[in-house]
Amino acid sequence: MNQLDQLESKSVHILREAYREFKSLCMLWSIGKDSTVMLWLARKAFFGHVPFPLVHIDTAYKMPEMIEYRDKFAREWRLNMVVGQNKAQLASGVTFPNGKLTRIECCRALKSEALKHTLSGEWDRLRMNHTTGQYELDTNREPYTGVIVGVRSDEEGSRSKERYFSPRDKHNDWDVDDQPPELWSQYKTAFAPGTHVRIHPLLDWTELNLWEYIEREKIPVVDLYFDQGQEKRYRSLGCGPCTTPVDSTSKTVAEIVAEIRTGKFANIAERSGRAQDKEDGGGLETLRRDGYM
Amino acid sequence: MADTVALEREHMDIVIVGHVDHGKSTVIGRLMADTGSLPEGKLEQVKAMCLANSRPFEYAFLLDALQNEQAQGITIDTARCFFKTAKRHYIINDAPGHIEFLKNMVTGAARAQAALLVIDAEEGIQENSKRHGYMVSMLGLKQIAVLVNKMDLVDYSEKTFERIKTEYTAFLDQLGVHPSAFIPIAAREGVNITGRSELMPWYSGNTVLGQVDAFIRPSENLDKLFRMPVQDIYKFTAGGDDRRIVAGTILTGRIKVGDGVVFQPSGKESVIKSIEAFSAPERTQMEAGYATGFQLTTQIYIKPGELMCRKGDPAPHVRRRFRTNLFWMGRPPMVMDKEYKLKIGSTQVGVALAEMNQVLDASELGTVLNKQQVDRHDVAECVLETTRPIAFDLRNDVEPTGRFVIVDEFEIAGCGIILEAMDDSGSLLSAHIRDREFHWERGSVTVDERTKRSKNAGKLIILHGPYGCGKRRIAKHLERALFDRGNLSYYFGISNFFEELDHDVHTRNIGRERHLDKLGDLSRVIVDTGTLLITTITDADDFDLEKLNLLNAPSKVFVVNVGDNTFGSFKVDVELSYRPDEDEAAEKVIAELKRQGILTD
Repeated sequence: MNQLDQLESKSVHILREAYREFKSLCMLWSIGKDSTVMLWLARKAFFGHVPFPLVHIDTAYKMPEMIEYRDKFAREWRLNMVVGQNKAQLASGVTFPNGKLTRIECCRALKSEALKHTLSGEWDRLRMNHTTGQYELDTNREPYTGVIVGVRSDEEGSRSKERYFSPRDKHNDWDVDDQPPELWSQYKTAFAPGTHVRIHPLLDWTELNLWEYIEREKIPVVDLYFDQGQEKRYRSLGCGPCTTPVDSTSKTVAEIVAEIRTGKFANIAERSGRAQDKEDGGGLETLRRDGYM
Repeated sequence: MADTVALEREHMDIVIVGHVDHGKSTVIGRLMADTGSLPEGKLEQVKAMCLANSRPFEYAFLLDALQNEQAQGITIDTARCFFKTAKRHYIINDAPGHIEFLKNMVTGAARAQAALLVIDAEEGIQENSKRHGYMVSMLGLKQIAVLVNKMDLVDYSEKTFERIKTEYTAFLDQLGVHPSAFIPIAAREGVNITGRSELMPWYSGNTVLGQVDAFIRPSENLDKLFRMPVQDIYKFTAGGDDRRIVAGTILTGRIKVGDGVVFQPSGKESVIKSIEAFSAPERTQMEAGYATGFQLTTQIYIKPGELMCRKGDPAPHVRRRFRTNLFWMGRPPMVMDKEYKLKIGSTQVGVALAEMNQVLDASELGTVLNKQQVDRHDVAECVLETTRPIAFDLRNDVEPTGRFVIVDEFEIAGCGIILEAMDDSGSLLSAHIRDREFHWERGSVTVDERTKRSKNAGKLIILHGPYGCGKRRIAKHLERALFDRGNLSYYFGISNFFEELDHDVHTRNIGRERHLDKLGDLSRVIVDTGTLLITTITDADDFDLEKLNLLNAPSKVFVVNVGDNTFGSFKVDVELSYRPDEDEAAEKVIAELKRQGILTD
């Protein structure tokens, strides 16, 4: 059993545990490589099926390639695809790209708030109709009590403290000081009414593991990760205005693996291209407490 | 192919434990920096933050990435750091030393294959030095290196080091733990971390880095008995998929296509037909560590939570009572007469503290007798009793199937290892029945007199079958048919309630158990009045019906099964097809009731 097999088995075990224990379960799919690997792991866990909805929070500033990719695979893999958005905020025009909010405030409004209200069912959810191939209003407004999220403990400080099953209280808050114990593959699967649990199957993976796995499994990822000839590529995907590409000539998954393993990115933090991290003194801690992923 | 580099590279989880302020975070920070394992962004970020807060940079800050932690200056939770040597990649779990955060320490230690235990040379052995030593051994970690830190504060004295070594070795001996090494270090100064120092010429052993690389990856449990908790049974029908897959993660041993398997506690048997996987090469053999799935050659009815074993292998114990060593982390103590939830493998079952033998004071290793509850941070040797039989091994036989956690309300509050399987005859249930029957005072009307009047004896008649099999309709029809022929019948309609319970995974086991107990006690009374009490139950197993039999003593339950018979060895009284005709069904049941002399006319 090699390391990728071990990581895969642990993630699959966690996904199956979540599926058995949570009646109202969903998986967040940001369209990035992490959550795309996670989606692939779900197909592994459930033998080709994905028996829960995938939720995407669309900030309206995501790069268009991401949305195209999302809908292509939602159709191809017949995913139960659900999309949420902070429509009121976008309508008001009060955002960072419009110069009316800081980056962090914008993240909070378009991501954290949208996510919170989409998960709770208070705001509209759009769901893909596979007959028409179009999104329509989802009649299901039941809150999700189990939310599968693709965070990794090596990403930045606050994430290194996460549990595989991590409770959130009624206000979506994460109490990092009082987390449940986890041992012997036993997780917190019981929760009080009104609270929910975030499930983190990728906690043990590193950026390198992910690319190695993408290579081994031939998982399709968005083209934005590859150099299209401009000698630039994205290492981490987010909203257009806050994510900058890195200088790199990697055109294939194998080249990316080499670049991260021993090449120019071996010792450079992955999120270095994400501007919002630098505004907050303690990394993403403030946003995380508010329910940011 | 480039991939082979990654696949051959070893990796290991290590936990670092010890009393608060003995320098765990500094050891890790130093290890990471000295092995060049820090991402460039991270060190800059921490340095910038120190500058902004006018604090001198310390290695420990690397780990204290959270704002509130830096304010308090102590590690609250298990933080995970990645570091690498030429030999392998490591994840170091930095476990908090403060007693308040013991449950976090447990989380960190349970993930690890080896432990570094830090003791401050100046302060010496403290309460948590011992407690953590105990916990690490209970959690099953066999490789421990003791780091005697802050040697700079005791002038690198060999005498001080030897005194701590002698004292702590004596303590670990009592636990049967034999450390791989004692290493004198000064983490802040980088002494004996990655390179040997001339400051302690008397020490000739490994550096911390050398010792970490000397740890051995424990074997993968491949040569043990085959054990796999059934995590779930899948039948996804989308896209015309007709596979019925038994899914789970193999804990120990190997299995191959064609092997016979036994599921415990139900005792049902089948044979492996295929190993299932998505987008993977076909396999005919599977082994410990893999999350996998099987198709069986026969369509046997089993539930998630059973333990899949190989036919012919020594079987696990199937019991309700067992002796354990239990560690309690919950704020409210574990008390007698309260029902908790026990999770072992993929099983969840109600459990009660049945007997307290002794409580071990982990810091002093003294024992306290006569204690009737398990307080927070106690290690208790006690007997637990589950509400239904579970399959398990003793910890010393098959470790992964010999350990469990206990959930109090919504939280994991305890963990333990199983030392001995106990006889179930002294169970709380039999005690309850003995007690009930002893206090049962009879009235002046005899059973015979009642039977003469209504032409029937009292009986609990259970219609059992899956959702939608028509059992409720039959039950009501039977009530009417019996009543019309002059018998005393009553339909007890609580199946809706049961179905509710069945749908909710969290009450499925425990809530259901409790209501079966109530039904058992209630039917004992109503049957005694000479009534034919008719009710329905969905999805019961052998144990459920045997328990109802016990609770109905001296009467026995009369079981009508509708649809496929999913019982193991339990014999039902009448078998009906799925959605049977109501008149024919009632006729068949009445005929059998007559044959058994329950209807006397």
